[in-house]
Amino acid sequence: MILAIAAREFKTLFSSPMAWTILAILQFILAFLFLSQVETFTMLQPKLAAIEGAPGLTDIIVTPLFGNAAIILLLVTPLLTMRLICEERRNKTLSLLLSAPVSNSDIIIGKYLGTLGLLLLIILLTALMPLSLLAGGELDFGKLFANILALLLLVSAFAATGLFVSCLAGHPTVAALGTFGLLLVLWVLDWTMGMDDQRSELFEYLSLLRHFQNIQTGLVSSLDISYFLLFISTFILLSIRRLDNDRLQR
Amino acid sequence: MTTLIEAEHLHRYYGKHCAVHDVSFTLEKGEVLGFLGPNGAGKTTTMQMLCGNLAPSAGQIKINGFDLLDRPKAAKRSLGYLPDTPPLYRDLSVQEFLHYCAQLHGIPRSSIKPAIAKAKERCGLNDVADRLITNLSKGFQQRVGIAQAILHNPDVIILDEPTVGLDPIQIREIRTLIRELGQDHGVILSTHILTEVQESCSHVQIIHQGRLILKETIAGLNRQMNTGTLRASTRLPPDLDALMSLPGVTSIETVTERQIRIHHSTNDHTAERIAETIVASGWGLQELTPIKRSMEDIFITLTQEPKQIDL
Repeated sequence: MILAIAAREFKTLFSSPMAWTILAILQFILAFLFLSQVETFTMLQPKLAAIEGAPGLTDIIVTPLFGNAAIILLLVTPLLTMRLICEERRNKTLSLLLSAPVSNSDIIIGKYLGTLGLLLLIILLTALMPLSLLAGGELDFGKLFANILALLLLVSAFAATGLFVSCLAGHPTVAALGTFGLLLVLWVLDWTMGMDDQRSELFEYLSLLRHFQNIQTGLVSSLDISYFLLFISTFILLSIRRLDNDRLQR
Repeated sequence: MTTLIEAEHLHRYYGKHCAVHDVSFTLEKGEVLGFLGPNGAGKTTTMQMLCGNLAPSAGQIKINGFDLLDRPKAAKRSLGYLPDTPPLYRDLSVQEFLHYCAQLHGIPRSSIKPAIAKAKERCGLNDVADRLITNLSKGFQQRVGIAQAILHNPDVIILDEPTVGLDPIQIREIRTLIRELGQDHGVILSTHILTEVQESCSHVQIIHQGRLILKETIAGLNRQMNTGTLRASTRLPPDLDALMSLPGVTSIETVTERQIRIHHSTNDHTAERIAETIVASGWGLQELTPIKRSMEDIFITLTQEPKQIDL
């Protein structure tokens, strides 16, 4: 049942120009960034050769590429998740799901997985770019996988947030704006770090960026992974609760 | 007879406003139950509660023996619901949409195709199967909604105003379909059109301001409606006492001096005797018209004065 809902969600994205547009634009922007990164590397290469233990191909190309992809996805994910529950409610199609023998958690998880499918595709397409370098060089696979994992966890967290806001909002635009705002706050939360006297460990822990960058450096620690898993499950649980609440409304 | 729905003491409050107040009823297999009531009477709220879209503030609902709150999945498995706005994904084709509904209702993969074919056949959707729902006319969209509700052959079919937006021929088709479905399912339909209830239902339930004010079989209702009324005009003022003494006459109201309304029972030829008496007494009969009490009258009396059900 979950899979049927997820498959439907995934196909719906592709039956409108939405998914295609996002994939095309993202691919274009990321390819451009990738190319400029490759350019930088070829320029730096003679200098790097002289330094002992200098950063390699992966450090100079892959890490910045995935970092940029993360920021772009911060902008894109709210657009993908805004319709999830919100539009069902507006079009009154939610009652189809509610009167079918599926539980609310099936609905929420199905919708979540459907969106995650498209995000996974985006990550896959992004990962193909550095892999193309294998034609003429060598990659640090450990680091590449760490980057892919970091981005995967990050967009899963984005999508869970978006899903929850979509359950709350009455209009898709509001859902998109709300998600974007919430994610941006979580993203920049640790900017106070620069000022030593105002450092807050709580903010530092809550910030998405911090955990993302930790994994990106190749340091896959259970602390960061469990942060993301907690983050995702919190928002999914909240979404399910919110949908339950619909039945009890007012 | 199998009891398909048991609803006991349903209440539903929106804030302080009470939309449904102490509604209890049952639905047996083979019944077509018409839910009748003016706008805002609580029909849709009751139906939403039956389908698990809305939690009742108090009361219990059992569908096919399964409590809707304790075992929602099992209860909903035997439920087909068409809400007042058909829940359609407009960017899908009819075929795709029905396929998705079949999956949602857990129809085994192998029987999805025949189930869809049957539903399309029954609702006359074969010609539009590959068109996008958004491009269909309102009548066809309504039919897709009905197809969705009967697709998985549920024991209980709940239709909220199923004939809205259909043309007269389609309405007739849908009524036939509903009667047909009523033979081996339990059907609840809500409407504010009285003829619809008379034509397609076996039982009727009138709900007004959230309260159930009448539950009757259609036959019983028709019987009640046939307590007849005669309007008589005479040249000379008639002797009311003489008419009152006739067996079967229940009451007489005077409209003018020479026009009266006689309420009587339809049994043992009362009308004949009234006519004979008037003629024999030589009051100069000028008009004798039976006034049939239509369902509209009953509906209006019931909904306007819910306290005095004097049928």
